Amino acid sequence: MVGIGETPYYKWGQSPDAEFALALKAVLAACENAGISPKQIDGFSSYSNDRSEASRLAAALGINDLRLAVMQWGGGGGGAAAAVANAAAAIASGQAECVIVLRALAQGQYGRFGQGSRARTVSGPGAHTLPFGLMSAAHMFAMRVNRFMHDHGVHQEALRAVALASYAHAQNNPRALMYGRPLDESAYDASRWIVEPFHLFDCCQENDGAAAMVLVAAERAKDFPHPGCYILGAVSGSHHRAGASVHNDPSYATSCFDTVAPRLFDMAKITPGDVDVLQSYENFTGGVVMAMVEHGFCTPAQVNDFFTVENLIAIGGRLPINTSGGNLAEAYMHGLGLTIEAVRQVWGQSTNQVKEVDVSLMIAGPMVTPVSSCVFGSEATV
Amino acid sequence: MSPYLLPGLPAPAPSPDGLDRPFWDGLKSEELHLQRCNACRKFQWGAEWCCHRCYSFDLGYDPVLAEGVLFSHQRIWHPVHPALANQGPYVVALVELPHADNVRIVGNLLGDPMQPLVIGAPVRAVFEHHSDAEPNYTLLQWTLI
Repeated sequence: MVGIGETPYYKWGQSPDAEFALALKAVLAACENAGISPKQIDGFSSYSNDRSEASRLAAALGINDLRLAVMQWGGGGGGAAAAVANAAAAIASGQAECVIVLRALAQGQYGRFGQGSRARTVSGPGAHTLPFGLMSAAHMFAMRVNRFMHDHGVHQEALRAVALASYAHAQNNPRALMYGRPLDESAYDASRWIVEPFHLFDCCQENDGAAAMVLVAAERAKDFPHPGCYILGAVSGSHHRAGASVHNDPSYATSCFDTVAPRLFDMAKITPGDVDVLQSYENFTGGVVMAMVEHGFCTPAQVNDFFTVENLIAIGGRLPINTSGGNLAEAYMHGLGLTIEAVRQVWGQSTNQVKEVDVSLMIAGPMVTPVSSCVFGSEATV
Repeated sequence: MSPYLLPGLPAPAPSPDGLDRPFWDGLKSEELHLQRCNACRKFQWGAEWCCHRCYSFDLGYDPVLAEGVLFSHQRIWHPVHPALANQGPYVVALVELPHADNVRIVGNLLGDPMQPLVIGAPVRAVFEHHSDAEPNYTLLQWTLI
């Protein structure tokens, strides 16, 4: 990974730029960061049906030879590592040489994720949920988390620790929307319920912005200005019938990483104990807890002891997480901000830099299908 | 019986391809019909064109006892639709039907929204008719036994 670029992040509706302009600005910023001309790009990889299409980007940027245009199906933010996996696979197989991984999202322009459908009638799977007021992303996931908490005796404090760690990190990150807006236990406890077990601060933000990354073959890494940051593994998928509609996923009390995460560790030839820093996508804090359990960072029985602020923060934490502030407190760029932060940690450029990072893991979109995760490694790991 | 939720949410309609029409038609006559494979005799839900176990396309619908257990739940507070602005908290239930190969169905849990929500609690169906709607429809709701 040789370049990263982000627009400023805005609260939904506050971007002065249209979504496609945000996409262009993020791509150009990533190219500048990598020290390349946009003409050198020959591919685009994105997810969640990103509206900024590869061909329009290629035309707008005057690209001469578009060789790759890949979209990860479905899964919302679950594609934020899969887009890296797909780009890497394309480069490894010779389909392209210099691929942009991109997500542009202006919820002000195109509709807020946190609002329910205004349709008069609904048919298909939505007919079996929307008329009961199960209408938002929070509603889609709360019952999974409630069942997980019930099965394993998980306390609300475990979810709270995730939120507090994210907000603590945002206080050192000027890009973060919640920079200068610290959160403490009492403010969390006093905050209103969105849907139990999610307080306001358990839920991601709704933002406008764009983020992009530049990926080339590993043997070319030394031609670029940043320290080496290599993809050690990147996987996506989901377990048996995860996509069964109307909440009929047989492994319901999971975040869908139970079959995916073991493949990541096999591919990267590492163990959970090798991970120096983790970015774990927070659509909702409960999903972070479940995804980290399924990646083997603790057992379900250890959750209440493991998930403390002290364990999760950059300074002295056993496993620092979401060191940019993440989706909760930096911005919700559908997870690609977290992927970028995972790279920054390898480069030594985080605003909450963890010491001596060799292995930096990113988890995308818990509780959706397909999910994905990836591992970045320093020069020392290859 | 007045509806559990305030009016104005999206009204359900059978899928235009007909896949779940027997379910919606059955509710109007206060029966729960679920998709069942005519080859291996197993239930599956949501509806699909082939059986996920034996790949038969010979699927039908059979009536099942409209009772189950509370598999999970959520008490929702924040309104995400204008129709819910004055609703206050409400409960969505995920109900499992052990006698129909453990398929699950989503509905509201009727009664006090602040009632204790206990996973595993037995529930039975309540058919909530929206007879004045055009076209009319019936929602499958649940109450503790």
